[in-house]
Amino acid sequence: MDNTEKQLLKIIADMEGTPEGAYNIRSNGSLAERHVTENVDIRTKTDKPGIDIIIRPGTKGETVHIPVIISETGLSEMVYNDFIIGDDADVTIMAGCGIHNCGDEESRHDGIHTFFVGKNAKVRYTERHYGESDGKGDNNMNPTTVINIAEGGYMEMDTTQIDGIDSTYRITKAVVEKDGTLVIREKLMTGGTQHAETDFTVDLNGENSGANVISRSVAKGNSTQIFRSNINGNNLCSGHTECDAIIMDNAKVSAIPEITANHLDASLIHEAAIGKIAGEQLIKLMTLGLTEQQAEEEIVNGFLK
Amino acid sequence: MLELKNICFTAVDETDGSKKEILKDISLKIEEGFVAITGPNGGGKSTLAKIIAGINCPTSGQILLDGEDITNLSITERAKKGISFAFQQPVRFKGITVNDLIRLAAGREISINDACDYLSQVGLCARDYINREINASLSGGELKRIEIASILARGTSVSIFDEPEAGIDLWSFNNLIKVFERMHSRLGGSILIISHQERILNIADKVAVIAAGKLKAFGPKNEILPELLSATAAACKVLTDNMEVTE
Repeated sequence: MDNTEKQLLKIIADMEGTPEGAYNIRSNGSLAERHVTENVDIRTKTDKPGIDIIIRPGTKGETVHIPVIISETGLSEMVYNDFIIGDDADVTIMAGCGIHNCGDEESRHDGIHTFFVGKNAKVRYTERHYGESDGKGDNNMNPTTVINIAEGGYMEMDTTQIDGIDSTYRITKAVVEKDGTLVIREKLMTGGTQHAETDFTVDLNGENSGANVISRSVAKGNSTQIFRSNINGNNLCSGHTECDAIIMDNAKVSAIPEITANHLDASLIHEAAIGKIAGEQLIKLMTLGLTEQQAEEEIVNGFLK
Repeated sequence: MLELKNICFTAVDETDGSKKEILKDISLKIEEGFVAITGPNGGGKSTLAKIIAGINCPTSGQILLDGEDITNLSITERAKKGISFAFQQPVRFKGITVNDLIRLAAGREISINDACDYLSQVGLCARDYINREINASLSGGELKRIEIASILARGTSVSIFDEPEAGIDLWSFNNLIKVFERMHSRLGGSILIISHQERILNIADKVAVIAAGKLKAFGPKNEILPELLSATAAACKVLTDNMEVTE
């Protein structure tokens, strides 16, 4: 692995050297390194590109790293990763994709991640997307995440796309059963002529199920963003969706939150706010000695922290 | 020393372009020590404070800091020269924490102990607040105290507080006075406090009265305060008399 690839791994997965626990590193379209543990098995799919991550029931406190890096220009791939999380397990999964595009051709990573969260299992899933370019080639990523949460299951999904992805279309679909909970936190920043679209659909099917979908984004330059979220309350449940965006320069942001109650005891809330940085926030930080630009950076960094 | 020379400020209404004279020829020399600025609401006190901090530009006049003309300096440049300003209504942020604000105010990385020192002076327990976001989850009183802590962290030669007592409860009010006293003994410099509170006016070395955009009086507390209080009492008497008539 060269320095560029190591650097990408550090950015997307906080990985320096060999991580603890199970891991699978995919580099330029093929397996680079893999390690499995007694409780976490990783298998290459035989019918299509991708892997199965199988976590034994009752596994506690293990971390699984599955980063993808692309450092060749013109590489385009589509992978299918399935996560089977056994009942009562409690694990952290760190995924992410980093592209270093050194040429003028498009580099592209599309993936479908499917989660089966077992009964009373708990998963914290982190996904970071990052791109950098030396040439003119675009870096594009289109992740789809399908989440099935069984009775009493809990999943927390943190997705971050801070820099360098020219186009992204993210689809997340989730079904939550009885007493299950889903928390999604999205952080997104676009600049230049980048475009990002996110689409969340959550079906709260089980009694006492809950979902909280929170998106914070910053759109700079001439970039465009579209945020859609749809929470369907199909039982006694609670759902909350929130989109909060800072708009700068000539950027455009659309927020389309939707909530549908198909049950009398469904309690659903949506909130959406788009606006530029408040002038008084800039002034406050300038009275502390920051320049307007430094103040803007602090506000954006804090917002996306 | 901060010196204001013939400061005038005219506000223009953005909707209809009409003009309103807010400050009329204010000249004031603020030497080291406490100066309280008081006067009726809408008299121009906050505007004057914003003009000193560079948030508003005077229509005419000059501001000198230690003899240097700072009239045309930006907010940032003035902050760097040693002017601090505590807002009457502290600004809320999404994501910026109490620790971030104090770090930015101090202009350096700060330890938990440093943050604790500033926060405990305003009666807040650092452990409970350091990671709190400065957002709507904090009460008005908490925000005011954090605002004051950020000024303590700056430790500059000129500190302006715009109605620091607003929203602060009785217990913290006594502490607030101690904060100003300690600040002065530690840092020296000039502390300007815009206030309506007699107890705050009482700790001032000098009191300035601004009404209808003009400097009505400026001088040692012992000279200004008795006059001010008797005038207020007289005004109250007129009001009570009128009420009696109405009854």
